[in-house]
Amino acid sequence: MIKVLELKMTVTDSNDRDAEALRNDLKARDVFLINLMSSPGSGKTTLLSRTITDLKDRVKIGVMEADIASDVDAKRINALGAESIQVHTDGMCHMDAGMTREGLDGMESIDSRIVFLENVGNLICPAEFDTGAHKNVMILSLPEGDDKPLKYPLMFKKSDALVITKMDAAPYFDFDLDAVRKRVKAMNPDIRIFPVSAKTGEGMDEWESYILSEWEKWRNA
Amino acid sequence: MHELGIVKHVIRTLNDVAAENNVRRIGSVTLEVGEVSGVVIEQLVDCWNYFREKDELVKGAPLYVETLEAVTVCTACDKTYGTVAHGKTCPYCGSKETYLLRGNEFSIKQIEAELIEDAPETE
Ligand SMILES: Nc1nc2c(ncn2[C@@H]2O[C@H](COP(=O)(O)OP(=O)(O)O)[C@@H](O)[C@H]2O)c(=O)[nH]1
Ligand SMILES: [Mg+2]
Ligand SMILES: [Zn+2]
Repeated sequence: MIKVLELKMTVTDSNDRDAEALRNDLKARDVFLINLMSSPGSGKTTLLSRTITDLKDRVKIGVMEADIASDVDAKRINALGAESIQVHTDGMCHMDAGMTREGLDGMESIDSRIVFLENVGNLICPAEFDTGAHKNVMILSLPEGDDKPLKYPLMFKKSDALVITKMDAAPYFDFDLDAVRKRVKAMNPDIRIFPVSAKTGEGMDEWESYILSEWEKWRNA
Repeated sequence: MHELGIVKHVIRTLNDVAAENNVRRIGSVTLEVGEVSGVVIEQLVDCWNYFREKDELVKGAPLYVETLEAVTVCTACDKTYGTVAHGKTCPYCGSKETYLLRGNEFSIKQIEAELIEDAPETE
């Protein structure tokens, strides 16, 4: 018998289910997963390095590198003493929940810690695929321009926090921070925005306190 | 490549659907794709035609794609307009403070399915 089935499913439905399952499994293991998304070169690894250095005495941190730019990034993180793993995305433009789970399985020990996932550098596909993370953070570097929210609305809508990096470069660019705030809040009123410079340390305290307090909230929930 | 990932996810999703709905084989698949979803339809179909042969469920099944209109909203005057015709500039007030409301969706609309003959029903 041939029948037409109306599905109206998004392509990401099967991934959404995997992601929900992973989120729950991680909760049981006390692993707080934070997904970092951005364009290539926006400063994810640099931000992570500084964040690890500042927080490593207060919480165990792990890093999963999925950015395709070789294993240079994993080496930079290992040098700071946090465990990191390089996952191979086989040319995929994003991490999905299945790949994230495999990556986590490849780490030596992840229980009771914060794990950062450095997603593939790309503002389109990672926004569409839930990795199973508990928090999604987008990184926008100041030289990329203040009109990015208008170009990639989905990414800004899906993120819990926006970190604006390379603030030390402000004197050299026409970057209107207030315009970014306005544009982003219009799409996502609940998003938290952190202007930082990993170079000078400006704004790092607020960003790091945010992570610690969200982690606390999640642990006690 | 975006299209490759999408095709893999579509096939996975269809396998899940088939398991839940007693589907033995799929005769055709219809997708709904937004005008500005960024998906290259020819590439998508090529990927599909390649991967469908590796999967028993969808082997030989044609892929049909229907496009959905893209709409942009203006934050200055709150009006909406067709994205493809006017791009980023609001045709009503000239503002560039606009963003895409819809037009980047991608969903599986329907399938033609050959069902496994129903097991005798217990009354
Ligand atoms: N001036 C300045 N440069 C930065 C900052 N953060 C990163 N960079 C530079 O931006 C480039 C890319 O940084 P990286 O962390 O590798 O970016 P990723 O590809 O997102 O991981 C490197 O040359 C960094 O030194 C910052 O806060 N200020
Ligand atoms: Mg990096
Ligand atoms: Zn307008």
